[in-house]
Amino acid sequence: MSGAKRILVACGTAIATSTVVAKAIEEGLAARGIQVVTRQCKAAEVPGLAKEFDLIVTTTPVPQNLGVPVIQTLAFLTGVGKEEVLDQIAELLSKE
Amino acid sequence: MSAHQGRVTDHNVQPGPADFVRPELVILGMEAGDAREVIQALSRRLHVAGFVRDTFADAVWQREQTNPTGLPLAGEIHVAIPHADIEHVIAPALAVATLVRPVVFRNMVNPEEEVHASIVIVMALHEAHAQVEMLQQLASLFQDAERVRRLYRARTFEDVQKVLQGDSVR
Repeated sequence: MSGAKRILVACGTAIATSTVVAKAIEEGLAARGIQVVTRQCKAAEVPGLAKEFDLIVTTTPVPQNLGVPVIQTLAFLTGVGKEEVLDQIAELLSKE
Repeated sequence: MSAHQGRVTDHNVQPGPADFVRPELVILGMEAGDAREVIQALSRRLHVAGFVRDTFADAVWQREQTNPTGLPLAGEIHVAIPHADIEHVIAPALAVATLVRPVVFRNMVNPEEEVHASIVIVMALHEAHAQVEMLQQLASLFQDAERVRRLYRARTFEDVQKVLQGDSVR
């Protein structure tokens, strides 16, 4: 069995939004029995880092053609659709 | 329940949103024509109170153009969290406005989309990855439509503080 999946968490804010999102993702997936490693970055850094990760979750638009699935969502800040996005992430990670 | 004046002294409790507001940083029932007006009014309050440099207001507005901060919430009240790069901030604080009529911000994750914000929180944060706990508490607040409604209906600074304290009140 391979190691923990790696998720790149990107935001366009100048504040710790990506930390809030990363923690919420880790907790939400842990509750589904899935361990992940997250790393945070700014939106501009995503293309350069993408290939080191299994999934990108971002609160701001980023390029989609990076060879890595991208989920653009505010669910981890606003709660809207959070459970659905977590289910989507779990499914995506289980396929790889 | 003791009222915290300024920083918390309980070492087990990280500062939350309530610790970063003051009466002079809160405008309730503001009549505003657009997002820029709200940003300027709250930025001015932050500047007068000594939390931000005079470059802050323009920096917030400029940043909002390229990195919008509108957040559509689950209920009927939406928020925006404008802020600037840390170099424009002297000390951390939050300035809050509730609006009689919503103003248009752009959706953070989908800038083509409008968010009609009735609550605007201008965030003066001076370290890029500090105040994570405070931001987490704000996110929890945003996820609770009833608390958002209570914040919108606040009539006094004490009302605002109580809502911001939320679950952190022991």
